[in-house]
Amino acid sequence: MVASFFNEMYASDGLRAPYQMLEGWYQNMPAEFRALKQAEAEDLFRRYGITFAVYGEGGDPDRLIPFDMFPRVFTAQEWRKLERGIKQRARALNAFLSDVYDRGEIVRAGLIPADLVYRNDAYEIAVAGFRPPLGIFSHIVGIDLVRTGAEQFYVLEDNCRTPSGVSYMLENREVMMRMFPHLFQENRVAPVDGYARLLKRTLASVAPAKCDRDPCVVLLTPGHFNSAYYEHSFLADLMGIELVEGQDLFVEGDFCWMRTTEGPRKVDVIYRRIDDAFLDPLCFRPDSTLGVPGLMNVYRSGGVTICSAPGAGVADDKAIYTYVPEMVRFYLGETPILDNVPTWQCAKSDDLKYVLENIGELVVKEVHGSGGYGMLVGPASDRATVEAFAAKVAENPSNYIAQPTLALSTCPTFVDEGIAPRHVDLRPYCLVGRDVELVPGALTRVALTDGSLVVNSSQGGGVKDTWVIAEE
Amino acid sequence: MILKVFHKTRYDFASPVAGIIQSLRLTPAKCDSQKVINWSVDVPDAVMGEAFRDGAGDYIQTISLRKRVEHIEITVSGTIETIDTAGVLRGHRERVPPRAYLRNTVRTEPNRAIVDLVQDTLRDAASASALEHAHLLAAAVSEALPYRPGATHAHTTAAEAMNAGAGVCQDHTQVLISCAHLADFPARYVSGYLNATEDGSAHEASHAWAEIYIEGLGWVGFDASNKCCPNDQYIRLGSGLDAQNAAPLRGLVLGGGAEVLDVTVVIEAQQQ
Repeated sequence: MVASFFNEMYASDGLRAPYQMLEGWYQNMPAEFRALKQAEAEDLFRRYGITFAVYGEGGDPDRLIPFDMFPRVFTAQEWRKLERGIKQRARALNAFLSDVYDRGEIVRAGLIPADLVYRNDAYEIAVAGFRPPLGIFSHIVGIDLVRTGAEQFYVLEDNCRTPSGVSYMLENREVMMRMFPHLFQENRVAPVDGYARLLKRTLASVAPAKCDRDPCVVLLTPGHFNSAYYEHSFLADLMGIELVEGQDLFVEGDFCWMRTTEGPRKVDVIYRRIDDAFLDPLCFRPDSTLGVPGLMNVYRSGGVTICSAPGAGVADDKAIYTYVPEMVRFYLGETPILDNVPTWQCAKSDDLKYVLENIGELVVKEVHGSGGYGMLVGPASDRATVEAFAAKVAENPSNYIAQPTLALSTCPTFVDEGIAPRHVDLRPYCLVGRDVELVPGALTRVALTDGSLVVNSSQGGGVKDTWVIAEE
Repeated sequence: MILKVFHKTRYDFASPVAGIIQSLRLTPAKCDSQKVINWSVDVPDAVMGEAFRDGAGDYIQTISLRKRVEHIEITVSGTIETIDTAGVLRGHRERVPPRAYLRNTVRTEPNRAIVDLVQDTLRDAASASALEHAHLLAAAVSEALPYRPGATHAHTTAAEAMNAGAGVCQDHTQVLISCAHLADFPARYVSGYLNATEDGSAHEASHAWAEIYIEGLGWVGFDASNKCCPNDQYIRLGSGLDAQNAAPLRGLVLGGGAEVLDVTVVIEAQQQ
């Protein structure tokens, strides 16, 4: 097990600057007051209807995501570096997507194996050669980061399709401001509430060339059975756009239309929160009832923009991840600001050998997995679990990658006895349209169980408000 | 050769349906082996989208009827000049990297019998060229699956066709694609028409064959059903990963019940 973890509040040289005023805040908080506030927070989240679905555990699938009131804080200086790194990565990922659906220069240059790109399930033949407006494929890039030291951050993975969770970033702030207004008077916390306006502006900026008026933007949801449905309706509401399901839209001629009480209305941009496979039964899965029949034809003939673009998933595949620093150098001619976690590709025989020999020390993930499902945290697992997982890896190596168990930083978190360090990660949401934008904030996920390194809400994780202290 | 095509697809619904939408791949694209002289796709009463070319170089067009209908009739008529290029696809504008066609779908996923067929076929051919390997595979598929209409149906997969031990052009094509992938050849499904009157063959005029990518030569057509490469009797409509993906018509009926499908295809060679 890793010996020491970077504590974001109490570093080895004492209390770190961004947390200075929070120390007094929690120390002076009477236990009854804290309990009261915790209950109030829960009440607020319930009233807002923020729930998430947990699969495969039985019981009520819609439950509250645990909220920890202790904020996580970054200085403006720390954030500036992160921001540059995140935007750089988002630009590189989009450049990669626009390249591999065009001439594939990076493949021709021999920097990424052709088969990793073109044989990838997420590479959509249906959009090869098609250039979406402004050449942008991934309009909302969620980048999962962890911190291991004062200056050291690692990117765990990129999410180029439809990253979820931004509603927590916004609601966590909302709830904190309601409960502890004085904290925000005494601290210059940079606001995040501009996110919805920026998101709408980003989406509108990629309206198709055929659109000659104020673009009609809609959010396409699979419906209320989806675990992120709350977020879909929340974002649509904030942006003042229609929340639609597949059946609310139809294709006629060269355009996609929305049914309204005043008759059909032409749709220009679809922020879709459904997977490629379900978008259009005439192009992808014929049994899909969630999508819009004919939509891909309208998209490919320039009648509507789909965000993220179908096929964007090829950039966030865990096997492609290894090459993102290469993309930064190749497309942008820059040095990568954010580091990748060293990754072993089990598809390579040398890597596989290393992984199987050291599996007890490693984190092993499925190439296409998400949400913390189907992964092994070697040091935190018993021997039988490790051995069973090793057998699965040996059977289908190309389905797995492995990484060292990172010493994830900790942040103070309220526990029964007061506060205690708990491991955290960070997911900022970078917007890519005519401009590349990042609000000064992110979703911080926290592993509430002592010692746990798995922060996913589906695995007992919670969330925190994330502050960036504005400069004087 | 000049070929005249008349292709009518008619759906009659037992009770009126609320509407219909179709994605059509019914207009041949220009390449060295074919040049359209005139071509039209007509669907009475339907709203027709403008045809566009997708990355594979195929013309795609959306048609829809958003009202109660009892039947729909899609009529293709046209004249096209065809040239024998010995099956080689040249002068075809497309953007999809060949290696994207190494993936299987449910319909081309191999089973043990297909794996064995490839191994048996290529075992003693180590010194043969890639093109010869492709020919050997096409011949092996012809032999393994005698042409027998009714042995399979529209949704039969390559593996199921192998188990059935017989099939039609769709099955030959999907099995050949599956075989080619095992031998690391990019391969795809091609839909089109065949002017079959000349050799008196009973095969339908709506036809399908495989294209296999040979390094240095490009895409080459292989018609395992007729044990040949496409020549000037063939008209190429479009391609895809399997029969469904390359279908000339792919549609959805809204609120649909039972339907009766009637297809007429007539291909005639014209005196030049």
